[in-house]
Amino acid sequence: MIRVRGLSKTFVLHNQGGVELPVLSAVDLDVEPGECVALHGVSGAGKSTLLKCLYGNYHVTSGSAVVGGVDVARATSQEMIALRRDVVSYVSQFLRVIPRVPALDIVAERPEQRRDAEQLLLRLRVPMRLWSVPPATFSGGEQQRVNIARSFIRPRPVILLDEPTASLDADNRLTVMGLIKEALDAGAAIVGIFHDLKVRNAVATRVHELH
Amino acid sequence: MTPLLAADGLHKGFGARMAVRDVSFELWPGEVLAVVGESGSGKTTLLNCVAGRLPPDAGRVAYLTRHEGQRDVYRMSEAQRRLLARTDWGYVHQSPEQGLRMDVSAGANVGERLMALGARHYGRIRGEAEEWLARVEMDAARIDDTPAVFSGGMRQRLQIARNLVTRPRLVFMDEPTSGLDVSVQARLLDLLRALTRELQLAAVVVTHDLAAARLLAHRMLVMKDGCIVEQGLTDQVLDDPQHPYTQLLVSSVLQP
Repeated sequence: MIRVRGLSKTFVLHNQGGVELPVLSAVDLDVEPGECVALHGVSGAGKSTLLKCLYGNYHVTSGSAVVGGVDVARATSQEMIALRRDVVSYVSQFLRVIPRVPALDIVAERPEQRRDAEQLLLRLRVPMRLWSVPPATFSGGEQQRVNIARSFIRPRPVILLDEPTASLDADNRLTVMGLIKEALDAGAAIVGIFHDLKVRNAVATRVHELH
Repeated sequence: MTPLLAADGLHKGFGARMAVRDVSFELWPGEVLAVVGESGSGKTTLLNCVAGRLPPDAGRVAYLTRHEGQRDVYRMSEAQRRLLARTDWGYVHQSPEQGLRMDVSAGANVGERLMALGARHYGRIRGEAEEWLARVEMDAARIDDTPAVFSGGMRQRLQIARNLVTRPRLVFMDEPTSGLDVSVQARLLDLLRALTRELQLAAVVVTHDLAAARLLAHRMLVMKDGCIVEQGLTDQVLDDPQHPYTQLLVSSVLQP
């Protein structure tokens, strides 16, 4: 599902005298359906950068990253939009809230998904009284669970997880681990950053070291 | 697939000054495209060129019509272009006073485009006007008031209703939120976001507000001195800007 070859990413800061920040160099990575690869490395090793490159949020400087048959290093905007709609989902630690849109509608993209959205929010212990409220005022953990629900309501074949359990309590961490395992059983290919060792050991089928 | 709108090699100058230089882009059905850049970068000139309101000095603008395939906007007759502009297209001006008739009622402002298409049944026109006022979150009781007594935010919402009543497929917007208070801006942005999704509306939105662009647009063009210096998915351009000017633009605002 994912085949990365010689991927490099360098940031060039033009307004800082053109200073170059090489973050990733010559990364190779393969992820098959049903695999969950945990990215590991010190802070600044480029774990989040790699996820963002795979999602097409960051430009790839050189090399290739084929995700679901599309090389994101060369894809057009239209191909990326289709890829994000049908193939890849990305769960960050932070929910980018949209003013005035209630939590339930953020999770359910379409009206016919409302039942599933309700079930998922219940499972993630988001209190019912919050469902009709826009999440701007939610706690970090509540926002994160809305974000997770939004992604797992329709598990895509490729899931990118940037610390999905960062601000969750033990019960919710277990719930999220359960969702990840279900997606793996259904054949998803997952790449994630898990600082929590318990979570990593429970869900990762392999660890990929970044230097 | 054919793009809904295609600009190819557009140039436009005013005297010695080139406002738009060699600009090409495509817009797909249902896609919202933001055009960003500082004042004087040529954004509004470009918008007017592609909206059929300002003939470019060189280049071509092609629109995928409903029944006749792709047509060169500037090779149509004036009458055809005007019909397109008031049926399949909308144009939302920065200041609502430019896009509204200030001395007739809100209902008449919305109904006018329907009447231009031949609608004559008063009750039906009024019914449609009421429906559209509701969709832009205006109180139906204000239908007989003139926009002169409305707030800026209400006028802008009325202008949007007036444009959408004919169910256009493409709307051009010139800084639709910039004349408004911040709280009013958020409401209007959210309304625009919801309407473009529900109606599968394609839009070209000129704005200098990067946060507004992030909320509304799938894709973004960055203009400087009349040229496109960078384009891509909105989050890509904002999170990993490549061109020195885009980097400056993104780093100059608080959390776009």
